[in-house]
Amino acid sequence: MAISNAKTGLLAAALAVSMVGVGFAAVPLYRIFCQVTGFGGTTMRVDAAQAATVAVTDKTIVIRFDANHRGDLPWEFKPERPTDTVSIGAKDMSIFLAKNLSNETVTGTASFNVTPELAGKYFNKIQCFCFTEQTLKPGEQVRMPVLYYVDPKIMTDPNTKDIAEITLSYTFYPVEKPNTVDQAAN
Amino acid sequence: MTTIAATGTDLHAHDHHDADHKPGFFARWFMSTNHKDIGTLYLIFAICAGIIGGGISGLMRLELAAPGIQYLQSWASMMAGKEASLDEAYHMWNVLITAHGLIMVFFMVMPAIIGGFGNWFIPLMIGAPDMAFPRMNNVSFWLTVVAFIMLLGSSFVPGGTGLGAGTGWTVYAPLSTSGSVGPAVDMAIFSLHLAGAASILGAINFITTIFNMRAPGMTLHKMPLFVWSVLVTAFLLLLALPVLAAAITMLLVDRNFGGAFFDASAGGDPVLYQHLFWFFGHPEVYIMILPGFGIISQIVATFSRKPVFGYLGMAYAMVAIGVVGFVVWAHHMFTTGMSVDMKMYFTAATMVIAVPTGIKIFSWIATMWGGSVSFKTPMVWAMGFIFMFTVGGVTGVVLANGGLDDNLHDTYYVVAHFHYVLSLGAVFSLFAGFYYWFGKMSGRHLNEFLGHLHFWVFFIGVNVLFFPMHFLGNSGMPRRYPDYPEAFAYWNGVASTGYVIMAVGVLIFFVNVIWSLVAGRRAEDNYWGEGATTLEWTLTSPPPYHQFETLPVIK
Repeated sequence: MAISNAKTGLLAAALAVSMVGVGFAAVPLYRIFCQVTGFGGTTMRVDAAQAATVAVTDKTIVIRFDANHRGDLPWEFKPERPTDTVSIGAKDMSIFLAKNLSNETVTGTASFNVTPELAGKYFNKIQCFCFTEQTLKPGEQVRMPVLYYVDPKIMTDPNTKDIAEITLSYTFYPVEKPNTVDQAAN
Repeated sequence: MTTIAATGTDLHAHDHHDADHKPGFFARWFMSTNHKDIGTLYLIFAICAGIIGGGISGLMRLELAAPGIQYLQSWASMMAGKEASLDEAYHMWNVLITAHGLIMVFFMVMPAIIGGFGNWFIPLMIGAPDMAFPRMNNVSFWLTVVAFIMLLGSSFVPGGTGLGAGTGWTVYAPLSTSGSVGPAVDMAIFSLHLAGAASILGAINFITTIFNMRAPGMTLHKMPLFVWSVLVTAFLLLLALPVLAAAITMLLVDRNFGGAFFDASAGGDPVLYQHLFWFFGHPEVYIMILPGFGIISQIVATFSRKPVFGYLGMAYAMVAIGVVGFVVWAHHMFTTGMSVDMKMYFTAATMVIAVPTGIKIFSWIATMWGGSVSFKTPMVWAMGFIFMFTVGGVTGVVLANGGLDDNLHDTYYVVAHFHYVLSLGAVFSLFAGFYYWFGKMSGRHLNEFLGHLHFWVFFIGVNVLFFPMHFLGNSGMPRRYPDYPEAFAYWNGVASTGYVIMAVGVLIFFVNVIWSLVAGRRAEDNYWGEGATTLEWTLTSPPPYHQFETLPVIK
């Protein structure tokens, strides 16, 4: 017998164990994949210097703003303007308003995406409030800006050149832990 | 395939001396390390699980026989021991579909076709005395039993809206995470962990056995096709199941330890779970059908009295199906918002699988062509398999189209498709194998008349049961609902009638098995005659407790 049973068995077991590793490695790989390709409506992050190099075109696109929150977050959350018509390539600032309607200090965090999902690749955010925790005192209101532009490449990609309207959606969720800490402090 | 019948009579002449010494009842069946005993245990286990899983589908067909909710609420009340609300009744429906799916996949088809026939016949067909790791084989079996008890037990503990895990066999987040509070889903997930671990150990065992323990002269290219099919299946298990284990472990973390792998509110993505699940789930469907392909190849060759047509093409078609099966998973997710390019890739890649599958179908037909075909019970089951699997394959090609799937996704068309390839594919191959090898395993012949009767009643039953589901799906009836509008009543009624016919067929099967075990004619060594050329036919029926102590030499 050229190879012992134990050796073959262990090799097979090693293969199985490495596939468990592949399963878990899929989590960061998927995140990177989404960030790079804009898969699933993941928007792009750019810095101001990069944004300055983009040429402004004379074609416009409508950006709709959607703001919602999970039912158990006692906030009012809405965009200042429901839509903006912007030139593709031009920077635009949009303001979202959040107000705490309850008598307690509440912390929330927002997730976001754009639809159509294919537009995510060309929706560049220079500044935003994604996944940063917002703590609002009773009755407090904040204005949260999003600075973004739509990459002119959207007009040449055959999958996206027909898109005339992009919806940017934010959803606020309550963050449970700091809330209880605050109550304890009070 | 080279004819590999060894010199039969000399072989077991050596074995008879102390080969038949068997341990006592408890040691033999509960601490078993004998591949034939473990195979028998697996088959008995799979039959029990099949009765439970099939019974659950009977409950579902009863509820679906007419529009409206007739029985569900009283069943839910019975389970809960108190008056159940309508929501709890709906949850009960989800528990039924979940249990039916998981039981049939993990505790009926897989234990029967891999654990049962694989354990019984892989060592016999390659001329090995036993599996490479007999004790690990025992661990695999009992882990499967514990997993099954765990899954059944989950039906009696809270799972969110009511008792039991109501997540579907896919266990999609967020229904399985924030949507199902209570221990039921945790228990179901643990059950999958255990069943998965058992299958991985089994796969390691098969790979080692097939690579290292073939009789002298049996090269890989002389192995019977059933051995090839189990070898490919074992590799699929080894590569696919750990990914499922990782995914459902993440579910447990999300459920119990504040994780956010699949929680959108904290930056996770539920679609990632679907990718991980189907990276396992698509190879899983080949895990269920490939050993069936192997069984059908043996049977068609035996009863055509010809070596199988295009042996190497048949073997490598299975390898190709296994390889391509790993890069098509997202065709289960066409409606999750993919780009046209991705849909095009997954459509095209999926359709590529029709090529090796077509090679197999045409090779089976070519084997029969010009052969001296005898229509014994295993052969009619095999021909039924080829016919019905092709129907399921054709609807599969339809569903592979990303554009069409937008319309058919999660409708009864999909239910019809996968029951044609599994309930009329995998299950037909199981029955074919059972009729083919029962005499070898038990030493008694099954009754030919009852076998044919079973085939025709079952064949008519499952077609009346599943064919109308194509019409229901095409008209837009969604799957996984206990109720439907009046317009779907007619074909649902027909389908439920089909279930009753099928159940009668199964009853005939059990009568046949019990009658044959008690009073069946004794089986000779090679009762199928000159067409049966693999090594198991060189042994007695049933084979000695320990066989091939002198290894057979393959010419």
